Amino acid sequence: MLDAGGHAPLLPQARAAYLEALDQGWADPRRLFSEGRRARMLLDGAREAMAGVVGARTEEVDLAPSHVAALHGAVRSVVRARRRVGDVVVVGAVERAAVLNAADFAGARRVVGVDHVGRVDPDELDDALGAHGVALAALQHANGEVGTLQPVERAHESSRRAGVPLLVDAGSSLGHVDVGDAWDLLAADAADWGGPAGIGVLVTRRGVRRTPDWPEDDDRWFPGGVSVPAALAAAVALQVAHASRHRTAEASRTLVDRVRRRVAAEVPDVEVVGDDAVRLPHVVTFSCLYVDGEALVGGLDAAGFGVGSGSACTSSALEPSHVLAAMGVLTHGNVRLALPVGTREADVDRFLDALPSVVADVRSALGADGL
Amino acid sequence: MTDLVVDATGLRCPAPVIRLARAAREARPGTTITVLATDPAAEHDVPAWARMRGHALVSVEKDDDRLTLVVRTAG
Repeated sequence: MLDAGGHAPLLPQARAAYLEALDQGWADPRRLFSEGRRARMLLDGAREAMAGVVGARTEEVDLAPSHVAALHGAVRSVVRARRRVGDVVVVGAVERAAVLNAADFAGARRVVGVDHVGRVDPDELDDALGAHGVALAALQHANGEVGTLQPVERAHESSRRAGVPLLVDAGSSLGHVDVGDAWDLLAADAADWGGPAGIGVLVTRRGVRRTPDWPEDDDRWFPGGVSVPAALAAAVALQVAHASRHRTAEASRTLVDRVRRRVAAEVPDVEVVGDDAVRLPHVVTFSCLYVDGEALVGGLDAAGFGVGSGSACTSSALEPSHVLAAMGVLTHGNVRLALPVGTREADVDRFLDALPSVVADVRSALGADGL
Repeated sequence: MTDLVVDATGLRCPAPVIRLARAAREARPGTTITVLATDPAAEHDVPAWARMRGHALVSVEKDDDRLTLVVRTAG
């Protein structure tokens, strides 16, 4: 399995913490008897640990039932709170669908374009932020599909100058690389860093105004709260991933460089996409001309390799990846790898050895030989 | 002005690009080829193909779900 983006295998330490917390933290953290208080303590401990990793205060960390819910909640609550200013949400063209859809739902989406590696133009972003009626800006820390890092520091300077809060989606970054402090709201995904599925994180700096546009609940920002054992396991996984990030990144970077080099050299008519240097260490994407993405993913699966794809024919939607489309690169025949921790060089080499003939077979089946 | 028309209406990716590439292989340099397509991926993949192959993209038009793309072969 070479595609762990947004759904990494659970780290062993997180699994142990989860099992322990099933015994210790099963109760409802809203209850006032001792078991409930113990669950509350574990939940707050999880928030404290995450706050420590991102450089925030415990009370600034809210836990959501998913990364999507964290992003939706962030966009909706900030737009609601700033409705007197306006309802424009400035977004990068390659943000996650959850951000783009929440922007449409809560206000008016204003898209800032990207270049051919998928990086937002900071000058265009600066212009967009200076316009009238902007409630929120949203920019990912890095693109999880192609790996390109975004200019979040410049974006934060611009947003500060304009007095607009900046939401940084670190859903593909946190636990892998340092996400810095150039944000007013930070969203992240526990399942991406090796925690359990079902925990999203939203960190909101003090002073950023939010108002729910949903019903009242004891858990004001994410009604109904989250599973305490899952929250604890997510926090443990983040501490482990964060502590070993430099070593993991170095290993991933070596493997990804190898993939980029060998794919470009050994597969004819291929485009390796995304920035080749300023990037996430573990993500690599390429598109093969005249290749059906679904057949390619199927062929690689049959050969024992699990990969992702942004091609239209691999999803139920007819639309190809909006990320690849915005970059102006080939959308068909797309393969995405997000290497899980511990991927061995031998696994990557076996994949690279198998790839050219799988691609050639798909091309032959489509009658695209020699084009 | 068009020399050739490739009708890829109703075909899914990557078939429109493959049809276009076949036509381009047979065509003389400087031939103008018009591609008709309904697959949304063609809007991005025909220009990307032209860039990878060194052909010129002349125009892209979109009318509801119908795409009309014009390329001119290299040479």
